[in-house]
Amino acid sequence: MALKLDFDIVGGDFNLAGKASSKIKKKLIQLSIDSKFIKRIVVATYEAELNVVAHAYSGVLTACFEPDYITVLVVDKGPGIEDIEQAMKEGFSTASKRVREMGFGAGMGLPNINKNVDELKIESKLGVGTSLFFKILY
Amino acid sequence: METTQKYHAIKVDTDKCIGCVHCMKSCPTEAIRIENGVATIRDCRCVDCGNCLRACPVNAFYVEQDSFEQLKKFKYRVVLFPSVMVGQIPEIYSENQIYKALLDLGFTHIFEVEQPIQWLVESIRNEVRKSSNKPLISSFCPAIVRLIQIKYPALTENIVPLKAPHDLAAHFAINMLARKGIQRDEIGIFYVSPCSAKMAAVKRPLGEKVSIVDGLINMNELYNQIMRIIPLVEETDTSHLRENLSSDGILWCLPRGEARKFKRRSMAIDGIHNVVKFLERLENEEVPELDFLELKSCDQGCAGGILLTGNRFLTVERLQKRAKMYVLGFKVNTDRLIKKAVQQKLVAEPIHPKQVFRLDEDRLKALTKLRKIDKILCQLPGIDCGGCGAPNCHALAEDMVQGNAKMTDCIFLQKRYLRDGKLTLTKVFKNLDSTWGKNRIEADCTRKGGRNEGF
Repeated sequence: MALKLDFDIVGGDFNLAGKASSKIKKKLIQLSIDSKFIKRIVVATYEAELNVVAHAYSGVLTACFEPDYITVLVVDKGPGIEDIEQAMKEGFSTASKRVREMGFGAGMGLPNINKNVDELKIESKLGVGTSLFFKILY
Repeated sequence: METTQKYHAIKVDTDKCIGCVHCMKSCPTEAIRIENGVATIRDCRCVDCGNCLRACPVNAFYVEQDSFEQLKKFKYRVVLFPSVMVGQIPEIYSENQIYKALLDLGFTHIFEVEQPIQWLVESIRNEVRKSSNKPLISSFCPAIVRLIQIKYPALTENIVPLKAPHDLAAHFAINMLARKGIQRDEIGIFYVSPCSAKMAAVKRPLGEKVSIVDGLINMNELYNQIMRIIPLVEETDTSHLRENLSSDGILWCLPRGEARKFKRRSMAIDGIHNVVKFLERLENEEVPELDFLELKSCDQGCAGGILLTGNRFLTVERLQKRAKMYVLGFKVNTDRLIKKAVQQKLVAEPIHPKQVFRLDEDRLKALTKLRKIDKILCQLPGIDCGGCGAPNCHALAEDMVQGNAKMTDCIFLQKRYLRDGKLTLTKVFKNLDSTWGKNRIEADCTRKGGRNEGF
């Protein structure tokens, strides 16, 4: 029943960040999802995309549109997160100086996702990568 | 003037339309399709931005207006025109000459729309203070307001809940004339529009039952009328008619004209395709914290309006020079009562999203259609040529699931089906005819497109 869409994310390429969230938004509008949910989904997806771009080497974002909710799974190849609990705190960031200079890496990514989703799962293996899963009901 | 829900200012002249893809490709909301060899506009999607009119190589789009004859119906005839109109007239003609021409055309009172702009600035500042939906987005450009309604539903609550300057000006004019003892029913208010979007906004206002304007005039038509009779030398001093004009008012319709009143916590974007890109970022919350966002559909703001005759950069130049001749702030010579009355009229109904891209009311059905579109896309070539009469492959797929198009509309799929023996040549030509009109691909210089008029 669900519609599944995959998006490749290239680590380090800030030009392409936002592509997936824009495309997902178009589908949500076609499904006539209420705008307040669209807002939450778009923000959470964009932050998730940006995390891969800012921290990982590459990643795949898979969005599943269900009748009553959406799930987004982002699996990346990257350094992984050392302490997930700490990463969930506002203002904590391991972003490089370069990334910060570009105006990203303020340590709001994961907290911002957490704020907008109904269910969140993060698994990470140091030196291998991170998988982030969230669900938003509409 | 009675208002209507389904009005669009832009129409297609099917005799002139040669059925090319220029307009369809330039439309920011994919509102145009080619059927029977001519462009058709899907009303619910059209935001009246006028990009199609700009893109058309054969002038097949036009903007309806009211007849000048209407002037005769009223004892007092007020012309309301945005300051940008003066900007496009060559500088050899002074303001006095232009005003004289307007009086000679039969108008009894002249009001430049942006005269009481300071009242609007005050009202917007109030809204900015009150609002928790930052940034507030200007309601100045009706094309942008409608674009947000259909494409950025989450941002509708950020739109300033105030009416556009032409409403402000009309109420101002009525109140000023009332002071002289003139009744409303003796006054005919004629609004001169710089674009199709403002035209539609008057005929089909957002959140109003009856428009305050009695007649609509195209700015390019008025330009021709003015140039026909404009005196060659200055003979009358009309400066008293401009005593309430300020430099803020003159610059209001140009890029940053509004935003500059909100200093650093504001931004201004002009050009609808730039606006689209910016709003995508705004929805991602990628934009720094702002109080006020000025968005204008045309490049160079209203100086680039589709009903202007002059070059947009020359128009900006003249307006900037003109603004320097006027006081910076405000000096409307009226009593506080008029100000209060006019400001109260500015409050607009809240603006709600319009679900024109919705595939189905039933979400399950919509989801099924979404999956179908995804599957259809695998069949289509992804060339986005427009040969099917839809702006791109995705739009064609969407039309298909809505029952408005079929696989065999794709001119590439036609070839594949021919190769595989699934389609006959007769059928192929029948399909081409239904999109592009009869005999479109015959060798004939006199048929539509026969001289590559679109190039």
